Formats: sequence, C-alpha cells, structure tokens
Amino acid sequence: MAHAAVHDTHDTHDHKPQGFLHRWLFTTNHKDIGTLYLVFALIMFFTGGSMAMIIRAELFEPGMQLVQPEFFNQMTTVHALVMIFGAVMPAFVGLGNWMIPLQIGAPDMALPRMNNWSFWILPFAFLLLLSTLFMPGAGPQGGWTLYPPLSLQGSNSIAFVILAIHMMGISSIMGAINIIATILNLRAPGLDLLKMPIFTWSWLITAFLLIAVMPVLAGAVTMLLTDKYFGTSFFNAAGGGDPVMFQHIFWFFGHPEVYIMILPAFGIVSEIIQTFSRKPLFGYQAMVYALASIAFLSFIVWAHHMFTVGMPLGGEIYFMYATMLIAIPTGVKVFNWVTTMWEGSLTFETPMLFAIAFVILFTIGGFSGLMLAIVPADFQYHDTYFVVAHFHYVLVTGAIFAIMAATYYWLPKWSGNMYSERWGKIHFWMSVISVNVLFFPQHFLGLAGMPRRIPDYNIAFADFNMISSIGGFWFGASQLLFVGVIVHAVYFSKNRATSKVWEAAKGLEWTVPSPAPHHTFSTPPVIDDSMLAHGDVSH
Amino acid sequence: MKHDARGIAKVALTVVAASFLFGFAMVPIYRIACEHVLGIKLSGEAADASRVALMTVDESRTVTVEFVTGVNSKLPWDFKAENVRVSVHPGALTEVWFDATNNSTAAIVGNAVPSVAPNEASPYFNKTECFCFTEQTLQAGESRRMPVRFVVDPQLPKSTTTLTLSYTFYANELATRQLSLLSAPLDGIAKN
Ligand code: HEM
Ligand SMILES: [Cu+2]
Repeated sequence: MAHAAVHDTHDTHDHKPQGFLHRWLFTTNHKDIGTLYLVFALIMFFTGGSMAMIIRAELFEPGMQLVQPEFFNQMTTVHALVMIFGAVMPAFVGLGNWMIPLQIGAPDMALPRMNNWSFWILPFAFLLLLSTLFMPGAGPQGGWTLYPPLSLQGSNSIAFVILAIHMMGISSIMGAINIIATILNLRAPGLDLLKMPIFTWSWLITAFLLIAVMPVLAGAVTMLLTDKYFGTSFFNAAGGGDPVMFQHIFWFFGHPEVYIMILPAFGIVSEIIQTFSRKPLFGYQAMVYALASIAFLSFIVWAHHMFTVGMPLGGEIYFMYATMLIAIPTGVKVFNWVTTMWEGSLTFETPMLFAIAFVILFTIGGFSGLMLAIVPADFQYHDTYFVVAHFHYVLVTGAIFAIMAATYYWLPKWSGNMYSERWGKIHFWMSVISVNVLFFPQHFLGLAGMPRRIPDYNIAFADFNMISSIGGFWFGASQLLFVGVIVHAVYFSKNRATSKVWEAAKGLEWTVPSPAPHHTFSTPPVIDDSMLAHGDVSH
Repeated sequence: MKHDARGIAKVALTVVAASFLFGFAMVPIYRIACEHVLGIKLSGEAADASRVALMTVDESRTVTVEFVTGVNSKLPWDFKAENVRVSVHPGALTEVWFDATNNSTAAIVGNAVPSVAPNEASPYFNKTECFCFTEQTLQAGESRRMPVRFVVDPQLPKSTTTLTLSYTFYANELATRQLSLLSAPLDGIAKN
C-alpha cells in the first residue's frame, strides 16, 4: 500500500498522497504544510517552555540552587530564540498557510514547492541552534539580542547560532513571499482587497514587514560573524567600530519584529470577536488602516530599546514621541474590538474567552510599553523585570493567547471534530489565572529594581519571585491540557463539526466541509457579498 | 490572473536584497547621521592645524577639561592621566601627559579610542597631538609618557563649562600577532 501513491494534484477527489514521506516530507499542499508548521510550533513551545521552567526554578528562591550561571544564561538566551523564531512565528505562518487560501478562495499557496522548502528548513535550523547547548564551551549566553562585544566573547558555538538564524530568516522570508504572492495573485474573482477577511489583511501587512526587516537581521548577524572570524571591526571599538551601532541595526529589525509577532494576532482576534458577538467588525476599514499605520510606524521607533546608550537629547525626545504615536492606531484597534462587542449577542466559547483575555491583557502590556517609552522613566526601568513583564504581557497573553484562540476557533475546520468545550474552558481559566500570577508580580520586581537576566538576586525580591515561579509552573502545567484537548479533538472526539462550525461565522472558509478536504476551491468560488464578513462595504 | 506569482516573487526578492544591503548601508549612514545631523564627532583624527592656528585665546572664560582613562580587560597595561583635570582658556594650546606601562612579559600593540562628553561638544574639542592617532607598541615591562595637545574651540557654547575626554586602551590583537611573528625569527638569530 505504501507505494501505491496517488498523484492527483489536479483532480477533485480527496485523495491524499499515501505513505509518510510522500504525505509529509514532499508535500506541497497548503493544509499539510500548515499542519506541519503548527505541530512544529507546538513542539518548540514546549522546548522553550521547559527552558522557562528551569529559569523559574532557579529563581524560585534567592541564591544559586540548581544550575550554574553559565547554564542559566544559555537558558534565557535560547528560550527567547526558540519562542520567537520557533514557536510564535511558525505558528502564525502555519495559521496563514491553512487559512489564507481558504479565506480568499484559492486552491493552494501561489508557490507550493517553495512552501515545502520554507517549512523543512526550520527543523534543521533548530537542531543546529539546540545542538549548541551540547557543544564544548557551551551555547550562546549573551541574550537573544546578541549584543557585541558580549555575544562574541563566548565559545565558537556563536557561529552555529548565526547560521541557524540565517536559516530561520530564509525560511520566514520565503514564507512571506509566498503569502504576498498568494494574496495578490490568487484571490477569487470579486474578492477585492477591501473585502478581504481581516486575518488575511493582517498577514499581508506582516509579510511586507518580514521581507523588509529579516534581511537586516541577516546583515547584522553576518557582521557579527565577520567581526569574530574575519578581522572586520564593524562593532569592535578597538578597530574603530562601534558596538552601539549593532544595537541600532538590531533594533531596526527588532522593533518591526515585535509587530510581526502581534499583527497576525490582531487579525485573529478581530475574526473571533465578530463571530461570537454576532456583529460585523466595527470599523473594518479603520482596522485595516490601523494595521498599516502600526506597520509603518514600527520602522521609526527602534531606538526606544536603547534610550540609555547616551543618545543626544533630540534623539531621545524624537524616539519617545514617535513611540507614543503607535498607541494611537493601537488604541483604535482596542476601541473597535470593544465596540464590536458592544450590544452584541455575545457567547463565550473558548476562542472568544481567549480573544477577550487578549484584548484586556494585551492592553496592559501596551500600557507598560507606554511607561517604558517615557525616557526618564525608562532610565529607571531599562533592563529590569519591568521590561520582562511588559513583553510577556504582549507576547504570551498577546501573541500566544491569540494563537490558542485561533487553534480552538479553526480546529473543528481542520479536524472535522469539535474539541471538548469543557476542557477548553478549563484550559483557558487555568492559563489566564496562572499567567497573571506568573507575570504581574514581575512589574513590581522591576519597579523595585530587580535586573533581568540574572540567576541570583537580593533577598528583598524573594517573595514576588516565589509567587512568579509558582505561576510559572502552573502555567506550564496548564499547557499540557492544551495538548490533551487537541489530541482528543483530532483523534477521539465523536462530536462532528458542521461546515459552518460557529453559528455566526462568516467567510469563505466556512463554506467548505469540515474537515476541509485535501483540495479546496480547485475552481474559484462564485462570490456573493453576503457570504463575506466584509462584503458590505458600508460598514 | 491579475499578476503572475513569479513576477510578484521577483519583486519581493528585490526588496529582500535591497534590505539586506540596507543593513550594511546603515554602517555609513550611522556615521553620517552622527557627524552631520547630531553633531557628534566620531573620528579621532588630528584637528586641522591651520584652522586651530586661527583661533584666538578667550581669556575671559575658563573651561574644565577632565580626563578619564580605562583599559580593556584583554590588555595587561596600566594607563593613567598625570592630571585628572585642567582648567584652560578656550583657544589656548594645552599639553597634558599620560603614562602607560606594559605589565606583561611580551611586547603588545595597543590602540587608544578617545571619546568626548557631552557628545554635542565633541566638535569643539581639537587634538593636535595624541597617542591615539597611531598604534602604540610597548615592549615587555616598558613604560611610556605620552603627550596630548589640544585646543578648545572658542565657539564652544557658553553653557558648556566642563568637557570630559576619555580614553580606552584596547589590545590590537592583529598587530600584536604580526609583531610576534616578525620578532620570532629574529629571536632565533640572536640566540645563535
Ligand atoms: C503600545 C505599544 C508598545 C510600546 C509603547 C512599547 C514600548 C517598549 C519599550 C520602550 C521597550 C524598551 C524597554 C527597555 O528595554 O527599557 C519595549 C521592549 C519590548 N517590547 Fe514593547 N512596546 C509596545 C508594544 C509591544 C508589542 C506589541 C510587542 C510584541 C508583541 C512588544 C515587545 C517588546 C519586547 C520583546 C521588548 C523587549 C526586548 C528586549 O529587550 O529583549 N512591545 N517596548
Ligand atoms: Cu520596540
């Protein structure tokens, strides 16, 4: 049977390629590749998560108990790299792969073979990155931001880390090009740009950010490599270079990068809130323009990460006000989500719970961001746990909660089965309570002056660290429920999903059966504006 | 079909290539922005002697110039300013001395990197003579007294009353390696 592979790329039967290699290794099918990305992201989420558990275990009490400082530093560095490039970004690419063709009525991604490549580079990139932990002289210890000279003072494993980052970058650039080509090229006739589902919109803008800034990161790490091995002095003060320049180049990539990790989340949450409020998204066009202006502004605020390097006053003031400007389009989005819910007939299924938690908790992260944007305040907060609290609110309760919301929202479409609503809700409540126990006290630690990236601390910080660690273990354990709910839904649930799945769901993805057949929209759908969430341009 | 997918991919790849180059272009852009937009002098080069000669001494003002010295951890040297601070009239040529000692058992080449604070004032600080203009080679155990001659531009904004000149000495590993390669055969000959 294994060799009876059926090559049926052009017929309408739901014949999947048979055999493991044909089905998964050589696949060019957007749904299979989407699944690969999502499973990979989940594995990386647990890999990075176990490192977080080690970090929180060491910080449970003051003093050095479990690990050596060198190992601790590797954990903070690799945890961040794995979560950013291995969990959050691939999860979004996976969601994009699955949903964009379904949302725009396309038969597949525009460049399916490249799609296969962009995924299959990733496991190798991460094998390379994780292997550095076992190398003589140990893995990277200088933080995910790789600031020189520190990042170049460790062992030669930095060369492997840089190669791994190049591979991740190539993978996301190829993924982004594919998404741009798909959206611009393969939309079903009649699906104008301004009728596109908001998730697809958010990905189009994210893809532009990706192709604009991932190569800048590639350039920055290449310069690190040549500084270390080929005698250049880009960042080496002894040779006339400037280490502060690395920070400028890095954050020119880095700030757009944080928006790469949140714009698709904005799209997901917008989709879910309108479905469970049974109302069209309030201010659809404003939402699109807000996404675009956030993306544009993200290019001109980078130095808010380096207020303390000794910039001239004019620079500090410019970057402070430019950063605060981002709060305006972000505020528009939060306002529109709340207004979409206003007087809606709300129901609180698991995806909606995660989406509402996103709106509230992401906004808390936005507010702490605004506090950090105030130059004199940042002199106090910079490199403390306050920054750690800020970015975990926007990334965990922001990006990750949105990915979980999306998983619950679309899982019935992917698997054909309903997940257990009861266990989904238990997972939600466990996560939302524990994540606050985990990260909220870190605000206080930061305000009290606890520095980030340290394995030991003053006993004055003991209580809040213990609370935070308890929240951490609790949050980590709660994620096992997530896996349980998914495995149950895919393999064991007897509760079949309808093609519409949710009562008020609108859009092309809900017109195909559940589970979505291997090939969909082989002939473009005939679009009737009432099928679309935003077909009626008057709102 | 509105466009063809390969065409879009090509345009996107051009953007990718352009941003990769832009990353490297930030190196000169950074320099230009610092020197011409923000008015920070990055280059440690000697001031133009003819321009400095035209400056007239402003007896009515004194500016304090402080000296900070540091040695990178990879360089086994001592390095100190003989005076921690001096008071000068803008426009007057002033000479100060610095001392360096190589505490190791091998000859080492070092480079000093200067920096002036506040950085807005850096364009007004002119060095006509400095050990930081060239590499310094100190033999094992050797000490050296090194002069710095400078003139503070009389145009220095009145609000600035103190300038800090700091030097960090770095090991010039490449030059040190070349030096030991050059001297190794010579040592051999001397022993014979
Ligand atoms: C209203 C919006 C936001 C503002 C005003 C803001 C502001 C800031 C500022 C000023 C810092 C630097 C703090 C310091 O190092 O002293 C910072 C750090 C950070 N922000 Fe935000 N932020 C915002 C939204 C976001 C979002 C949406 C994300 C990601 C999804 C994000 C992720 C991060 C990360 C990862 C860091 C720390 C990077 C590091 O040093 O490792 N921020 N933010
Ligand atoms: Cu930022």
